[in-house]
Amino acid sequence: MRRVTAIKNGTVIDHVPSGKALSVLKMLGIGGSMSNPVSLVMNVPSKKMGGKDIIKVEDRELTQNELDRLALVAPDASVAIIRAYSVAEKLEINLTAEVVNVARCTFSNCITTNHREPLPHRLLVTNRVPLELRCRYCGKTQDIEGLVDNLL
Amino acid sequence: MPGIITMDDLTNEEIISILDDAEKLLPVARGELYLPLLQGRILGNLFFEPSTRTRMSFETAMKRLGGDVVNLGDVKTSSVVKGETLFDTIQMVDGYTDIIAMRHPRQGAAQYACDSARVPIMNGGDGAGHHPTQTMLDLFTIRSAHGTLEGLNVVLAGDLRYGRTVHSLSHALARFGCNVTFASPEGLRMPEEIVADLRAHGSEVVETTELLNHIDDADVIYMTRIQKERFPDEEEYAKVAGAYKLHARDLDGAKAEMIIMHPLPRVDEIHPSVDTTRHAFYFQQAFNGVVARMSLMCWLLGVTVPEDVNAAGVVL
Repeated sequence: MRRVTAIKNGTVIDHVPSGKALSVLKMLGIGGSMSNPVSLVMNVPSKKMGGKDIIKVEDRELTQNELDRLALVAPDASVAIIRAYSVAEKLEINLTAEVVNVARCTFSNCITTNHREPLPHRLLVTNRVPLELRCRYCGKTQDIEGLVDNLL
Repeated sequence: MPGIITMDDLTNEEIISILDDAEKLLPVARGELYLPLLQGRILGNLFFEPSTRTRMSFETAMKRLGGDVVNLGDVKTSSVVKGETLFDTIQMVDGYTDIIAMRHPRQGAAQYACDSARVPIMNGGDGAGHHPTQTMLDLFTIRSAHGTLEGLNVVLAGDLRYGRTVHSLSHALARFGCNVTFASPEGLRMPEEIVADLRAHGSEVVETTELLNHIDDADVIYMTRIQKERFPDEEEYAKVAGAYKLHARDLDGAKAEMIIMHPLPRVDEIHPSVDTTRHAFYFQQAFNGVVARMSLMCWLLGVTVPEDVNAAGVVL
């Protein structure tokens, strides 16, 4: 059953973990102030995942940098760029061993909380499923939801 | 540039080699022998947080080996209060020195400094993070007492949440196959990342709120101070202050060779009555900070400690 109509141009993000769609929108900076139509369905049945969320953003194609951000909350999401109602490109979210300059460490006493310190923010992926990241500097396990608030 | 930020920066073989060199350097640390292996080298002591033993033992270690020391001095009168970043401070001191010892209240500061520097950084404590040079002297003390680091029963007690010395030490003990028991108040348990790391390493970790029940089986009891300065408020500190107080009478059933260690300063977790027992090793442990750091600096600066230090040095 199609819950949302096909889009002419834009980006479809499928296989977002159930309940994470709002975090994905936040990570992409998609809020009420943008004019593109955005469709969102949550908690739909999925053979692969049990349940999933789907997001369709019209007239906007995600960049690789934006995909890197998605890896923090939806590392296994599949992304399709739609042009003239057809899938023009399928993009992979490759969760690299290290997430650099995407989000600031969530630990309040980390040296990187000083915004003037110039070195890159580096989060090491220590486990992929479930996703676990640690700050390269302080070694603290990251609060994934908190990282959404700490996006750079 | 290689540095010592956590114990992961050293292999077991490197640890043993550094401890062997430390053993050789004992007469130099005691001031019985002059052996200027680090003559012409300058240590930068950057202590952004109060320190007595760590700062003084680094300084003594460098001077015993013929080197010199420059100090950041009081943070309140340095450029730090003017808002200088750690990155900039390190760029400056990096240019003045050959090696840096650093303590900082922010966790991760040592790794950050290491990534910013061209000279080796030795982590003298970063917030509630790690304190690997303390671990080297702790391992030296344990090996001196027991002749080995392997397979010992070690109880780490007190503030395991904020006590950085036990964070680094537990990693090292696990790697040498020690059985580690963590005794702490519920709110001061070892951070979950560290327990997870130790278990991933194959260690059987026991977590308990009881200390006295574990004394008789222990080869080492490592006491720590409740880190008052790291508590968010006085009320939280008051709930756990004085949770463990070790008294000489508690040691009646202990093994004869069991040693009690403490990174110092102590408050009231070890009663003075323990000081005169055969188990008290904490003052010897504090002395060992000099020799362990001498050896560590030689290793980091690529200076070989001669096999026969007596032949190489001048008797004082």
